Amino acid sequence: MCATCGCGDEAGVRVFGPGHLGHDDEPARQHERHEHEHPHERHDGHAEGHVHDHGSRPAGRTVELQQKILAKNDRLAEENRAWLAAHGILAVNLMSSPGSGKTTLLERTARDAGARLGLAVIEGDQETTLDASRIEAAGCAVAQINTGAGCHLDAIMIASALRALDPRPGSVLVIENVGNLVCPALFDLGEAARVVLSSVTEGADKPIKYPQMFRGADLVLLTKVDLLPYVDFDTERHARDLKLISPHAQLLPVSATAGEGLPAWYDWLAGRAG
Amino acid sequence: MHELAITEGVVQAVTERLPGTAIACVHLEIGAMSGVVADSVRFCFEMVAEGTTLEGARLDISQPRARCRCRDCGAEFEPEGALPLCDCGSADVAVLAGQELRITSVEVV
Repeated sequence: MCATCGCGDEAGVRVFGPGHLGHDDEPARQHERHEHEHPHERHDGHAEGHVHDHGSRPAGRTVELQQKILAKNDRLAEENRAWLAAHGILAVNLMSSPGSGKTTLLERTARDAGARLGLAVIEGDQETTLDASRIEAAGCAVAQINTGAGCHLDAIMIASALRALDPRPGSVLVIENVGNLVCPALFDLGEAARVVLSSVTEGADKPIKYPQMFRGADLVLLTKVDLLPYVDFDTERHARDLKLISPHAQLLPVSATAGEGLPAWYDWLAGRAG
Repeated sequence: MHELAITEGVVQAVTERLPGTAIACVHLEIGAMSGVVADSVRFCFEMVAEGTTLEGARLDISQPRARCRCRDCGAEFEPEGALPLCDCGSADVAVLAGQELRITSVEVV
């Protein structure tokens, strides 16, 4: 059980490949957190740390480790990154709070520019293959990760999903993270760029309330801008606050339903893909 | 909530580095700008350590303060709050310290 929120983790992590959506009992690839068979994983053993004896009592022996806590995730993320680069695939980590319009944006992107970009998608949710089914219906190759209790995707899950999805060389791969403005910021997946969505139906103060997330963004998409006449959203304040948190992040206003700003988003993806 | 995964990472890393060795104390560095809440790690630790060589171990967390350098005027400063803003008004800063997320050492039994 998760100590923070009390949710159960009995279900564990599941990965569904193309053609296996909607069959929750038969995941295409079962994610094995502890017996991970990454195709490009190194198996360099860890040497024991340097031992210092403090005085004559063995009880207080200190072993220096000096190891990053996220070292394992970071190493696997680098392996994902190297594999993606070797196959000419641009991977984008798409993050936002739940309900900001990530999936709707990807559906529209798949319909408008899926062929041009060679778009493939990895969906991340705690449960269900609903999002993957929406993306598949839009004509796009997709794999779904269910994290169970997990509040974020990690590099091990992406390695499993890459095996299930097997994206075509030269494609643009968008990884839709679990809807959450906190936890996903910390976990490198091996992506080449981070895109964060901020919707006009949320507060304009999201960038300063969740600085860790917005600080890492290469691009911020302000979504649902067709609703601006109906909501109390201060676009100037949002842009100003974003500039304070992340001076170099690009900001693009878009509407996935009305189409506003979408060509610039497609061009941004195509430009990053090279 | 990611503190649970962070704490699992700590326990996993220590048991991989020192298999079968009973641990009396774990020393961590969790920087003020790391995005990880030390108290939440403390909260998770006992549960995550249960049944491992870290069960019953003490957790010692040092929390290095944040330090930044302004990319515009070159000044070094310790930011207050979550927003690292230089006195010159610039928000374009490099974080020099405070993002640590590290297992420094362990004491073995």
